[in-house]
Amino acid sequence: MYYAMTEARHPAVKARGLHKRFVTAEGEVHAVNDVSFEVQAGDFVALHGPSGCGKSTLLLMTGALLSPGEGIIEIAGKNPYELNAEGRATFRAAHVGFVFQQFHLIPYLDVLDNVLVGDLVSQSVDDVSMRERAHDLLEKFNIGHRLHHVPSKLSIGEQQRVALARALLRAPELVLADEPTGNLDPENSEIILQHLADFADEGGAVIMVTHDDRARAAAKSSMHLDAGRLLESDQGESDKEEGDS
Amino acid sequence: MNLSRLVTREISHRKTNFFLTLAGVALAVTCVLATLAAMRSYDLNSDRIIAKMEADTQQEMKQLEDDIRKTMKGLGFNIYIFPKDQDMSEVYDQGYASKTMPEEYATTLANSKIVTVNHLLPSLTQKLEWPEKKRTVILIGVRGEVPLAHRDPKSPLIDPVKKGDLVLGYELHRSLDLKEGDELVFKGKKFKLGKAYPERGTKDDITMWMNLSECQELLGKQGQINAIQALECNCATLDRLGEIRAELMQILPDTQITETGSTALARAESRTKAKATAEKQIAAAKSHRTQSSAEREKFAGILLPIVLLFAMVWIAMLSLMNVRERVMEIGVLRAIGVGSKIILSAFLSRAVLAGLLGAIAGVTAFVITYPLLKERFFQGVAMGDVLAGSDWLVALVAAPVLAAVSAWLPSLMAAQKDPADVLRHD
Repeated sequence: MYYAMTEARHPAVKARGLHKRFVTAEGEVHAVNDVSFEVQAGDFVALHGPSGCGKSTLLLMTGALLSPGEGIIEIAGKNPYELNAEGRATFRAAHVGFVFQQFHLIPYLDVLDNVLVGDLVSQSVDDVSMRERAHDLLEKFNIGHRLHHVPSKLSIGEQQRVALARALLRAPELVLADEPTGNLDPENSEIILQHLADFADEGGAVIMVTHDDRARAAAKSSMHLDAGRLLESDQGESDKEEGDS
Repeated sequence: MNLSRLVTREISHRKTNFFLTLAGVALAVTCVLATLAAMRSYDLNSDRIIAKMEADTQQEMKQLEDDIRKTMKGLGFNIYIFPKDQDMSEVYDQGYASKTMPEEYATTLANSKIVTVNHLLPSLTQKLEWPEKKRTVILIGVRGEVPLAHRDPKSPLIDPVKKGDLVLGYELHRSLDLKEGDELVFKGKKFKLGKAYPERGTKDDITMWMNLSECQELLGKQGQINAIQALECNCATLDRLGEIRAELMQILPDTQITETGSTALARAESRTKAKATAEKQIAAAKSHRTQSSAEREKFAGILLPIVLLFAMVWIAMLSLMNVRERVMEIGVLRAIGVGSKIILSAFLSRAVLAGLLGAIAGVTAFVITYPLLKERFFQGVAMGDVLAGSDWLVALVAAPVLAAVSAWLPSLMAAQKDPADVLRHD
């Protein structure tokens, strides 16, 4: 078991009446407009919609990075926005993993250090258990043979797998993935989606922003966002199906 | 994974930025050390030159003083103290004063704290007939020198004449065929020739010296003298006579003085002038040293802040460039939960490391180049004499601190970077 389990009594994410407005030179933009949803442990949710519809903004709010203008969001039963910035950082380290379209690996660190960089949070000397976990994750993602290569020496797919290993190092309850397959070929996309699905199967929760139909198909459920509003969600059905089963 | 690993990996990745930061620190450290060394070496060298000038002058003056003392001693008395109402033209005409003054004036003078004269010799002089020999003689009654109460005893310039003795000048004893020990009669009183002087070619050759009290009695001038001879000190100023007069008038207001010229006096004057010139030169050198030192300090007071400011701006700019290059890295690290304190520490550690290595490089560069530039820029002064261990220590401590201060603002910007802002604009 590589992934964390969310405490069963709380949903992985619970959002109610979320709003987010930005003031730009062109005027106010209502990026997220009255969005409510819940994601349970084991869910793998695809968040889709047209460009500029507020998907990334909603993802950042869900990841305790961007406070909502209105509404409440809870992750693992806790509202991170009740914490100060440092507290939220610690909260993110403990509960949320991020995967980005551009991977955002640190160019001067090798594969192993890129995964272990998440352990900087502890400010301690190298944690042996974390190193073992990093090794295990990298082996699992089939890049154990490239531990000491810098990102520029890796293929695109390998880089995204390293990014995924980094996201999972501290065993979060929730993984937020922003277009994780956007830069990948079908084969590597398949691998990443499979690992995300595995994470969900093992009790984690995944919210994945995507434009990719194959990625949507890989998810267990989906939410459709348009102009900041959540127009369609099959989460209820998914929940219901799970409940029925 | 820890902070130091992150910092060292980043440094090895962005070598140019780090090297430029380090070079800036090294240059500033070298510049500061060189400025300090140049200032101190100049001061040290000036001090050495002045000390040598002072030592040379002192040695020269000592030699001159010895010469003068010997000459003056050979010359004898050169200051004459006469009664105030004495007509000096008469003295110059007949060679002695006709007026008298109390003998205790000599004692009063000796017991005072007079410093401008010494070797006090009270005397009573008169030209008169030696009736028994049908000769004109200059009779001088002397009692010997009156020791100065406040000075160490000095060897007398002339010996006192014992009672019952006479001392005769060359012409007198030669023409009368008298020898030391012979008995003779002067004005009806018997004396023994205590001493017969060799030829001097002066009035001394027709002079007769007698014990003062016997002379006073013989001349009917008990307790009276008509001159006090003295040897002047070599006073510091050129107006020696004025100085002696000023001092004497406070002690014996009823007297006047005159001075006899001599080569010794000329030499003394020359010595005094030489000393005054040397002292002026030393004073000028000291003044020049102080002025130059002040000018150098003023220049350094402008140069060093500019150097430090330039270095700090340089470090700040490079740190800012580093932060800008690493915006996404910072955003990702913040997103995955790395705290702002760690981000701040990462950037400050980098600056401190650049500061420390820069200081070591700067010190090393200075130490290596100093021997090559010592003669040209540092007055040939040894490095150990211009820079102490504490200077190196200060450089090694101050440079990292200044580097950290310089990088503080960019580091703070990095630490406070909003990850959402970074990721939204990805």
